[in-house]
Amino acid sequence: MYRLIIIGLGLLINTMALASHSGEHLYKQNCSICHGFNGNGGVGVPLALDAFLSSVSDDYLVKTIRHGRPGRIMPAFGKFSDADVEALIGHIRSWSNTPAPVYSNQPVKGNAENGGKLFTTHCAVCHGAEGRGGPGTGVTMSRPRSLPILAPALNNSGFLASASDEMIKSTLMKGREGTPMISFLNNGLTEQDINDLVAHIRSFEKTVEKVQPGIDLKDEPAVFVRESPYTVEETVENLVNAVESMNFRLIRIQTLESGVVEEGKEEKGQVIIYSCNFNLLNEALKIDPRVGLFLPCRVTVFQHGDKVLVMAANPKRMSDVFNNKELNKICNDMRHVYTDMLDEALF
Amino acid sequence: MNFRNTISRILVIILMILPLTAQSEDLIMRRIAMGFPEAMNALQASIVKQDYRVSRVQRVDIGLTSSGYDTAEYRIVFFIRPDQLDMIETKHPHMIPFMPLKITIFAEGDDTILVTLNPLKLNEFFPDEGLGEQYAAWEKDIIEVLDRVQSEQ
Repeated sequence: MYRLIIIGLGLLINTMALASHSGEHLYKQNCSICHGFNGNGGVGVPLALDAFLSSVSDDYLVKTIRHGRPGRIMPAFGKFSDADVEALIGHIRSWSNTPAPVYSNQPVKGNAENGGKLFTTHCAVCHGAEGRGGPGTGVTMSRPRSLPILAPALNNSGFLASASDEMIKSTLMKGREGTPMISFLNNGLTEQDINDLVAHIRSFEKTVEKVQPGIDLKDEPAVFVRESPYTVEETVENLVNAVESMNFRLIRIQTLESGVVEEGKEEKGQVIIYSCNFNLLNEALKIDPRVGLFLPCRVTVFQHGDKVLVMAANPKRMSDVFNNKELNKICNDMRHVYTDMLDEALF
Repeated sequence: MNFRNTISRILVIILMILPLTAQSEDLIMRRIAMGFPEAMNALQASIVKQDYRVSRVQRVDIGLTSSGYDTAEYRIVFFIRPDQLDMIETKHPHMIPFMPLKITIFAEGDDTILVTLNPLKLNEFFPDEGLGEQYAAWEKDIIEVLDRVQSEQ
């Protein structure tokens, strides 16, 4: 009994020790994957830009870590303690000598209607007409590294919960040197115009649910399973024809056990048909380089007793793991590609 | 209830809660400070060391390049243990589309990124299979595989 108590307490102490890692360690384990070891960006946007760190408050960083950016890859990190978040921000701040600005939480008063017109003229080209943000991810595969900044989604509940009016106003007034975000005060707008723009951006809170809808997956199966009226060989042949008719390139036909069991001993009644539409793949990689989880496109034919089953994983069902709204559309399109492929082959 | 029983019950509860507080994520990802060829070698060696068999490497970048698209190195490494595949084929055939397991590996500048679906997510996709322990074992193995690669950087 005492041994159990000692082991249990040991585990507890060990866990508590792990929970209080340094900011550098926490950053490396949780943030560097997307933002790079030195904050230079990757799947995520660069953080180690002086212009960025000198314009965002610690409060903004805390809330960004806590809320994430729903539908924009950046997850919400609810698992961190307040001390962890503080340590993380301390590490991020170590990349710049500029002290963190502090902004008031007072609302900026402006004419949202006029701000809307100004937004269309000056902001929509980068941030999108509805403030949805630029396409793709940080820098990986989405854009040249000379253009490291992805225009953020302003019409996003995570952004709106994180950025105060004063911070948005300051960014509009000063711009962010070294990024496409210019100082609008130096480019023809008055302070009142900028207040109007802030009021318009804040008004996104009323439309954010429409622009950033969740995905309903409750009726989505993880796998499409159909029974084929044909033999395994005939079903494979039909699927190959269906793949080609849908402008996918046949990559390979192999047994499920290929490479796993000794060559020649594979079960012949289990066949995988791999295919790819490289144009679609190229577009998907620009939106999210992590889409390899779906690759290559695959349909499996499986002799199960006296039945021939045809199966494919449903990309839509898996789409929620990416927290990437842009990718959801491609996953939905691919869902229909698979069902059409199965329909055509099993008709 | 005596003191010992109370303490032991509290400890059991703590031990049950601890794994839950170590929040699992849907994607398991690592950034490796290695060039792509070195990271690819380290990944395959780590998978083998974990007693899995690498069944195939899909060279996605080659397909993209041959179709006229520019891309960094981008591959998919498939792996499984023969007995695990046999178990899925025999008892859980509708999980076959998720087999073998796979890890996506791609270059990002001087670093390499590794990404895979957390096998615990399969519990959400296939909740009635009674495979919770298997999913957890796969998660543990994959984390060990990736941590081993990371430790070599």
